[in-house]
Amino acid sequence: MKIKPNLFPYVLWMSFFVIVPLILVIIFAFSTPEGGFTLDNIIYATKYSAVFWRSIVLGAVSTFVCLIIGYPMAYCIAKIKANFQSVFIMLLMIPMWTSFLLRTYAWMTILEYNGLLNKLIAFLGFEKINMINTPGAVVLGMVYNFLPYMILPIYTVLSKIDKKVIEAAQDLGANKITVFKKVVFPLSLAGVVSGITMVFVPSVSTFVVSKMLGGGAILMIGDLIEMQFLGNAYNPYLGSAVSLVLMVIIMICMGITNKLDEDPNEQNMIL
Amino acid sequence: MNAVFLRPKMRKSIIKLDKINVSFDGELILNNLSLDIKEGEFVTFLGPSGCGKTTTLRIIAGFLAPDSGDVFFKGKRINNVPAHKREVNTIFQKYALFPHLNVYENVAFGLRIQKKPESEIRKKVTEMLKMVNLSSYIDRGIESLSGGQQQRVAIARALANNPKVLLLDEPLGALDLKLRKDMQTELKNIHQRTGITFILVTHDQEEALSMSDTVVVMDKGRIQQIGTPTDIYNEPKNAFVADFIGESNIIEGTMIEDYKVKFAGKEFKCIDSGFGIMKPVDVVIRPEDVRVTTPENGYISGTVTSVTFKGVHNEIIVDVDGFKWMIQTTAGQEEGDKIGMIIHPDDIHIMRKSVYSSEVGDYSAFSDEFYEEQHPHK
Repeated sequence: MKIKPNLFPYVLWMSFFVIVPLILVIIFAFSTPEGGFTLDNIIYATKYSAVFWRSIVLGAVSTFVCLIIGYPMAYCIAKIKANFQSVFIMLLMIPMWTSFLLRTYAWMTILEYNGLLNKLIAFLGFEKINMINTPGAVVLGMVYNFLPYMILPIYTVLSKIDKKVIEAAQDLGANKITVFKKVVFPLSLAGVVSGITMVFVPSVSTFVVSKMLGGGAILMIGDLIEMQFLGNAYNPYLGSAVSLVLMVIIMICMGITNKLDEDPNEQNMIL
Repeated sequence: MNAVFLRPKMRKSIIKLDKINVSFDGELILNNLSLDIKEGEFVTFLGPSGCGKTTTLRIIAGFLAPDSGDVFFKGKRINNVPAHKREVNTIFQKYALFPHLNVYENVAFGLRIQKKPESEIRKKVTEMLKMVNLSSYIDRGIESLSGGQQQRVAIARALANNPKVLLLDEPLGALDLKLRKDMQTELKNIHQRTGITFILVTHDQEEALSMSDTVVVMDKGRIQQIGTPTDIYNEPKNAFVADFIGESNIIEGTMIEDYKVKFAGKEFKCIDSGFGIMKPVDVVIRPEDVRVTTPENGYISGTVTSVTFKGVHNEIIVDVDGFKWMIQTTAGQEEGDKIGMIIHPDDIHIMRKSVYSSEVGDYSAFSDEFYEEQHPHK
């Protein structure tokens, strides 16, 4: 392949910051501390299948919840007047300008056993609920943090749908529900797919949310990897192997997701 | 008046608009518009952009509700019938095909909504695609088609629903000249074969004249004139129609009495009457109706100020006492030549003064660039 000169800086960037690190991860994953080749790290990593499974399930649940909340929201924003749209989008973005850590920490103080929410519940005369350190708290944290990443791509695609195409569908006899089912939703699939990708990938690999809202109780892949590099368990070889397995799993998931939007002429089958 | 016999058999009213008013942001778009369209008619709404023609079409389609006034379909008021329940189908300006569906599914869209059996759908879609010569493109994606092909898919898609009325919103605007001419013929054929009522919106006067049974000339939200193409061309009602349809020399004149009019400093015999005595009028003379001769033989005379080669003929601008005429001639005049002009009484058309009288001048500002602006598709 011939590379144009103006592409050179980007090729260089990609090589140094994507390809080289990727190769390093692969090398580490298949190496012993002494530098020899081994499959032990990978085999050992698969022993954490429960952690992998939990991460995928929690990630998938968060992504699904984001989609259920995010799609109607994106749809409504795309339908209102243009100047209101930008206000909504702005409001959606503002939390993203504050630290991810801070926002998650705020949820901690809300969900704690003696936190804000339980104080309110007690004030109303109900029994306090154990909310923090549950999978629900982790999902809540992920949904809260990643929701804008679901809404924005869907909104972008929805707002670009040609109004005339919708009119054409009405003209041909489609009522509002049919227009949505047969035209709007299929045309927004590209946004749905990128929304799912942008929520699912960070959800599966997060460690901040699970650490802060899940306590030690809910170990996710991100936590496992963190432990291998920053924790007492220090083992970069195993950490790399776990990362590699995670990467493969995510690639498979994304491959399946992309199928949704792959063949535009077969979308009727999905619906 | 033999034009009347060229019209299809006059049938019942299919679409009727009664005193329609529409305004956007305080601006009046349609001003008390009333119109009756007959079954099987090919009607064209013709006018410059912003004249309200597309708005009228959208009201018939059901995409827009009038502020006041009624819409009737076969005598039944349909103001409250939503677009998807109206027996009309639209061909949109930029086709508005479904990009996520292939040619077959685009055409089948309406039939699927009606829950027709698959065998019937296949039969109808095949038939429609055959009609627009796209049979071999049945499984193609929309994006892979050319503009003309997409246009055909849009036609097939609209007709597959067996509409009672087909609405065409400047459907040929995006095509190049050659393709546009072909599609005009094709649409005309389809109209004759199917007998469906066609309502076409265009700003191209040539398209309007060559395709329709009835032309509705619109400007500023009002109907300026309704008539057959020949009526509209030969008997324009006011200076706007005369100016918009074809080229016209519109000269201020005075109707001295019936059959006698004065303009360009001379008295002329004419065939119009009923304007009163010594009444100011607008006089229309088409550029092809002025006979050019020598100054001695001419009834009026002037100086050629410019000559433009137009292929079949030359277009010359002639200064007659300060008023610039446009004349089409096949003789080889040159700039600066003195010529004489003869106008036959049949070719003098008298119009009452209107708000447009002061807006149309002579051809002194005429240049090709200006011409292009006024007639973007010529």
